[in-house]
Amino acid sequence: MDALATYALRLGDDSLILGQRLGEWCGHAPALEVDLSLTNVALDQVGQATHFLGLAGAIENAGRDADALAFRRDVMDFTNCLLVEQPNGDFAQTIARQFLFSHYQALLFEQMARVKDERFAAIAAKALKEVSYHATLASDWVVRLGDGTEESKARMVAGLDWMWRFADELFVMDDVDAAAIAAGAGVDKSALRAEWDARIDAVLADATLARPASRRPVLGGRAGHHSEHLGHLLSDMQFLQRAYPDATW
Amino acid sequence: MYTTDLSGKDKNAAVAGVAEDPALIAAFEARVAADEFIEPKDWMPEAYRKTLVRQMSQHAHSEIVGMLPEGNWITRAPNLRRKAILLAKVQDEAGHGLYLYSAAETLGTSRDEMTEALLSGKAKYSTIFNYPTLTWADIGAIGWLVDGAAIMNQVPLQRTSYGPYARAMVRICKEESFHQRQGYEIMMHLAAGTDAQKRMAQDALNRWWWPSLMMFGPPDDKSPNTEQSMRWRIKRDTNDELRQKFVDITVPQAEAIGLTVPDAALKWNEERGAYDFGEVDWEEFYAVVKGEGPVAKERMQARQKAWDEGAWVREAARVHAEKRAAAKLAAE
Ligand SMILES: [Fe+2]
Ligand SMILES: [Fe+2]
Ligand SMILES: [Fe+2]
Repeated sequence: MDALATYALRLGDDSLILGQRLGEWCGHAPALEVDLSLTNVALDQVGQATHFLGLAGAIENAGRDADALAFRRDVMDFTNCLLVEQPNGDFAQTIARQFLFSHYQALLFEQMARVKDERFAAIAAKALKEVSYHATLASDWVVRLGDGTEESKARMVAGLDWMWRFADELFVMDDVDAAAIAAGAGVDKSALRAEWDARIDAVLADATLARPASRRPVLGGRAGHHSEHLGHLLSDMQFLQRAYPDATW
Repeated sequence: MYTTDLSGKDKNAAVAGVAEDPALIAAFEARVAADEFIEPKDWMPEAYRKTLVRQMSQHAHSEIVGMLPEGNWITRAPNLRRKAILLAKVQDEAGHGLYLYSAAETLGTSRDEMTEALLSGKAKYSTIFNYPTLTWADIGAIGWLVDGAAIMNQVPLQRTSYGPYARAMVRICKEESFHQRQGYEIMMHLAAGTDAQKRMAQDALNRWWWPSLMMFGPPDDKSPNTEQSMRWRIKRDTNDELRQKFVDITVPQAEAIGLTVPDAALKWNEERGAYDFGEVDWEEFYAVVKGEGPVAKERMQARQKAWDEGAWVREAARVHAEKRAAAKLAAE
């Protein structure tokens, strides 16, 4: 796969894996309204994944469509960031993941909506409305839980603590990013960091939460080196396609 | 059915100790008979109110518990399109639950009270959701048969006498017919697929057919409250009428995709212009109503777990809202 296809693949994998995780909540959320909103986010992410993976397949031009990419690759070929594959944990942990990721995604798509390559720009422009809403939704919950009860605060702190080590990876630039920028499709993610920090800090302050201490980042997702969690997620997600390789659905 | 009386006892007979003004009752009955809508602020007999709360909350609980068997396949949906459709469908069911709880709350019972009644086993939900979803074909079968059966019962309820309930039904019915078509489409695809897929589809029909017929509730001669409910326009057709209608519509759909309805007694009756069909195993039905369905324990365990593990979240939201309200007040 060339760099531009890989760039689309990474975007698709981020959305796909997060959508898959959020789908696990369906029917089990703390309240009916929460169930509805988490499912909404899941649906948006699956929709984005469908577009970006479809684009990756089209650029690759080797006969793989979005489904082939989603359901017929193994762990080492997945290029999502480690953050999105983290387990749901309790509701606070899920919200922490969403909070860190949606603010990143909103900043990313704000820029990508303006890139020269119309295929990327169009998907990002449509998704921007969705992910801005996700960022607001997650921020509201961070504030509610952070500035709620003793228990909710402790859980929110723990949730952020779990996810924080995976935040740096969101902004790491490599050859694929450079090639995508050169091709008029990519965004300089390292330039998003300051604004991301500012948005995160503002919400944390409102939530009466301290920013977690910096720590050594855990990296590897973009190169296919994942956490132990991803293999289990895939074995669940890909079960039917693997058990019945000659079937269509 | 989601709304079938599963209470067992004749609850409508009388509400103990309440003497109601015969003139009010007569006026109420006349309005209902004239197909007028009764609204939350209108006077209504206590028995009508109680029956409605029971029926509507049972309907709402059915929507919510019904999310579980289908939710069981969200993470394993076979492709991105099916995953999105299933997510949207289960989300619709959550929405249905929400409208129905809201509509029921207009009668003076809170959502939390209704939820507690579900978890304690006091309130019922449709028997159908006590059966497991074992293969992907079950997702097709549920949409086709279960949403299909739900529509049979709910279309007439769009003209039910209680206004908020009727209006909730109008929104819900549109979505249920989508679900039915999507489910049938899954089955159609499987039935035209590989041998393994055909087998999956037929096995799902075999397992879901009879429980689907049970959804319409006991035979008419064993439904003590039907007459009263029909007079009150909170039920518009009898259980047997709806069951017959369902069989007549569904059997040709099964034949059209090459699936066999698992009933040796099934036969077109030229004279009646309807299918004759075999006897439902009512013993199984009553056992499932009592909570002895194959996965009844799993369903209630899942609802209880979500409720218990969500308690701190709901509490945090409440406390936070109070804090913010107090801060706003102090700032004024
Ligand atoms: Fe529904
Ligand atoms: Fe329904
Ligand atoms: Fe439905």
